[in-house]
Amino acid sequence: MEDAGFIIGSYVVTFGVIGAYAVAMLTRARRLARRVADEDKPWT
Amino acid sequence: MSIPPDDTDITTAGTSSAATRLLGTLAVVGVAWLVAFGLLFSPADRDQRESVRIMYVHVPSAWLAYLAFIVTAGASALYLFRAAHSLVWDRLAGASAEVGVVFMGITLLTGMLWGRLSWGVFWTWDARLTTTAFLFVTYVGYLAVRRLGGTHQQRARRSAAVALLGVLEIPLVHFSVRLWRNLHQESTVARPDGDVKMDGLMLFSLVVGLVAFTLLYVWLVIHRQRALVLEDAAEDHGLEQALSDRRAEAALPGGR
Amino acid sequence: MAPDHSVAGAIPPWRLAWLIALKDLRIEARSRVVVYQVLPFAVIVMVMFGFALDDDGIAQRVAPGLIWLATLFSLLVVVQRSFAVEAADGALDALRVAGVDAVSIFLGKALAMAAQLVVLELVLFVTAVVLYGPRVRPGGLALLVVTWVLATIGLALVGTLYGGLTAGFTGRETLLPLLVLPVVAPVLIGATRAVESALGTTGAAVSEGWPWIGLLTVFAGAFGVGGSLAFGPLIDE
Repeated sequence: MEDAGFIIGSYVVTFGVIGAYAVAMLTRARRLARRVADEDKPWT
Repeated sequence: MSIPPDDTDITTAGTSSAATRLLGTLAVVGVAWLVAFGLLFSPADRDQRESVRIMYVHVPSAWLAYLAFIVTAGASALYLFRAAHSLVWDRLAGASAEVGVVFMGITLLTGMLWGRLSWGVFWTWDARLTTTAFLFVTYVGYLAVRRLGGTHQQRARRSAAVALLGVLEIPLVHFSVRLWRNLHQESTVARPDGDVKMDGLMLFSLVVGLVAFTLLYVWLVIHRQRALVLEDAAEDHGLEQALSDRRAEAALPGGR
Repeated sequence: MAPDHSVAGAIPPWRLAWLIALKDLRIEARSRVVVYQVLPFAVIVMVMFGFALDDDGIAQRVAPGLIWLATLFSLLVVVQRSFAVEAADGALDALRVAGVDAVSIFLGKALAMAAQLVVLELVLFVTAVVLYGPRVRPGGLALLVVTWVLATIGLALVGTLYGGLTAGFTGRETLLPLLVLPVVAPVLIGATRAVESALGTTGAAVSEGWPWIGLLTVFAGAFGVGGSLAFGPLIDE
């Protein structure tokens, strides 16, 4: 594939950014969840 | 309130529920399909050649980012104009804006990579590109306004007003850039769409991308707005905790 | 000065706006912060542009853009000043408690800011003519004046709007530019192109500048109406 660096790079950037965002968000949410009572979590 | 054991998977604690786990699994499958079809199975384009593969992530992330900002504006309006002033709408607006900023950032980055391959430049002052960049900056500002502080209701009112002012701003920016380019020079580059003939597999890859990004968007927004519920609750709880700690301290003879 | 508490409700809103504008201008007349600090800042920015664009003719050609860029930088400083005055002793809250509605505060402060910006822009224009040497052609004079007025109104409205939002928060100095600059981009584009046509620095005819007046008018109108509606929620009444 020509220009493979740019093309694969764009996929890496895309899912790397989304993955990093998701992990950061979920880690933070899990830490917060320990401090919050279960009745404040209507989804559980 | 139990502390989950350390080996718990990150997605099974905190803001997860059965529905989001299913949604998350589907999103991962969708992304795997997108990578397979986008990078391997779909053919190269006649005009754009291999660089068309970037479009399968670029176009869906752009569409979902626009959708995210529309959701933010809609939820802000619902917060502001409904008598209940429910924080549910405020958190949906905030969560959607944050995911939208992430997607818009991806759109800009992948668009620049594609532009470098197809046009030879990372950037051009096309009205759509410029408007997209302004959307990105505007919603970064919106997220900063959400962090200004005050009560939850104050935050909600302020940020809802800012979000609706963004709706006023963006068409003006788009219109002014278009007027500027039209009056001065013809766009020197081909429009990124319009002349692209799509064969079946390419169209299918784009649809896969759209489905994958929609699943990702919904999954991220659900988690983010639950995380916002936790943030608000932790903040309220932290205040109560501090107050009761003070009282307990004052009640003890001679302090601690 | 701030209207008497008992009668604020009885004064028509436009009159309140006028009183608030007078109050702001009186504060400026006594403190001279804009005259002694913002004006010299704006002029030094123009000098720095001259250093950065050290080439015969470049500065002259881009003079209109430099005038408006320096105006935007100065706008940020003027907005900070305008709301530092209000936030200091909770003056904004006091006005609200006195029954002054948000629209009057918004329009009054915007009016005072516009008056200060008009003077500032005139100084910047003269500085540009002196330093960079663009010529003023008589045919472009009407366009120049109309652009000057309309762009100033738009800038003052947006500046007041976001200045009110960030007033009283820590970190407002850094947040304000992030919020204001993207919004005023149409003014920068429109006013720069119009002044270019008026001066003929890029070879454009005067008639090419007039479509931009439409844009500037729409901008000022949109933020006049939108700002009046949004200012209440923004300043936490």
